[in-house]
Amino acid sequence: MALSTDEVGRFAGLLERGGDTLTAAWTEAVATSLRGRLSHAELHRQLAELQKGFQAALAEGSDLDGDAGAELRAQLNELSSTRARQGFTATETAVSVFALKDAVLAILDQGEGADSTALRDYVAFSGFVDRAGLFTFDSYVRAREELISDQAEQLLELSTPVVKLWEGVVAVPLVGTLDSARAQVVMERLLQTLVDTGSPYAIIDITGVPAVDTQVAQHILKTVVAARLMGADCIISGIRPQIAQTIVALGIEFGDIATKSSLADALRHVLRLTDAKAARRGARRGV
Amino acid sequence: MERVPVLKIGDILLVSIQIDMEDQVALQLQEDLADRIVATGCHGVIIDISALDIVDSFVGRTLATIAAVSRVLDAETVVVGMRPAVAITLVELGLSLPGIRTALNVELGMELLALERDFDLPDDDDEADEAGATVVAAP
Amino acid sequence: MTAGGDITAGADITAAERLAVSTDQDVVRVRQLVRTIAVAAKLGLVDQTKLVTAASELARNTLVYGGGGVVEVSRVENGRRAGIRIVFADQGPGIADLELALTDGYTTGGGLGLGLSGARRLVDEFDIDTEVGRGTTVSVTKWCR
Repeated sequence: MALSTDEVGRFAGLLERGGDTLTAAWTEAVATSLRGRLSHAELHRQLAELQKGFQAALAEGSDLDGDAGAELRAQLNELSSTRARQGFTATETAVSVFALKDAVLAILDQGEGADSTALRDYVAFSGFVDRAGLFTFDSYVRAREELISDQAEQLLELSTPVVKLWEGVVAVPLVGTLDSARAQVVMERLLQTLVDTGSPYAIIDITGVPAVDTQVAQHILKTVVAARLMGADCIISGIRPQIAQTIVALGIEFGDIATKSSLADALRHVLRLTDAKAARRGARRGV
Repeated sequence: MERVPVLKIGDILLVSIQIDMEDQVALQLQEDLADRIVATGCHGVIIDISALDIVDSFVGRTLATIAAVSRVLDAETVVVGMRPAVAITLVELGLSLPGIRTALNVELGMELLALERDFDLPDDDDEADEAGATVVAAP
Repeated sequence: MTAGGDITAGADITAAERLAVSTDQDVVRVRQLVRTIAVAAKLGLVDQTKLVTAASELARNTLVYGGGGVVEVSRVENGRRAGIRIVFADQGPGIADLELALTDGYTTGGGLGLGLSGARRLVDEFDIDTEVGRGTTVSVTKWCR
């Protein structure tokens, strides 16, 4: 419910008059819920800033979403982000805001008289603080989601290394499940590495892939076809007995793509091919 | 209309496609190459497409035709430098470029040609190359 | 006769850019325009390549089979994602047997004939409206991941 200009003015004034006593009361109310994970001084500082933010927002009008609330929203975003990264829960973060109501109620009790105006004002003020608390909640959730997606990206990077095994041979040990998105990334990185290193051969090792279904097989097949289009070839290694049986049962045809059970076999195979090429070149030149 | 330059290096004709070709330019290249193979008696053609950010069915057809025509004229063609994004797109498009040999870059392309015939590989004798490379068709 | 019809509603977020397609050079212009807009829309590199390739195929169709026409490129969004929509329209002879034209390998032009079916695989949404004697309109959309 929107506050009238009078009510707004009264509350802004109330917060200002409450000053440091109010901040202290607020800090106490919050400190217990955080159970000592944030220093008292740091908390006091954060809440004093917020109090000024509330004051400014209320002095201009009670619309949290409008221009007047911009600074308060920025502060709440900041609070949520830091708390999210520090590992506090969403509730702990929102409670820090809601506790302002308790602190203000204490002041009302002491001085301003419990008449009906004060009560009405208080309910309106309470609504405003609730909206602020919920906004904090939303920002918190967004901050956590960003953190999760950052970590997911890092994980993806870490889990798709491409290794140069020998002159002209790179190896891609695939580890973990291969969903559509990941398979795409792996394919692009493998192909780019072939170009960057000028390696005509890639060994795709799937020892670390727990299961191969039709989708995964298709992704691998597409990668091999793309590599061949570019002028390179792929050998698939690390095929475990169960995987081999699954492949046959699913009717997946690897056609003329070489498959080996171990990385060592695959490397031996490639070296034999490159030796053969070198020998032919030598013979041609009469070396 | 622009024309794609054709460079002669020893017994090999090297074409490096640097522009986004109009269909007519691609067809002109097909003709120019056939002319040059006959005029120079070269036995190898390397087409460098590393500057192409797409290869659509028209370019694909043109490359396939160039390879087929060259073969009839006793020259082998190798297409080099295909970009990963292009390769992935071609796989999705279902275009398989039949009859076209490919290699990752010009050097590997030359090695591939050398496997088939007695080419003088340019990296054996770099200075002679500089002198020997002549542009045989230019815009 | 139409096929596809899986274009989801999407609001245009910028004005459409139009290009007339009546020469070879225009097909190149379409490729370059689509590339520019795809980059601006932050499409990944592989997706950009797929979209530009599809646009090249369809623009060429408009020129060669449709006798020339118009291409419109616009950025769209459907609430959750942003994307690019391209519409190819001509007033040519139209396609008599759409089913056949959409099959892999079909061609009347002596080529590999992968134009329509291939282009369809490269985009997220594909819609075609054609009638003999009236012309053909193809609409494609690619969404950002």
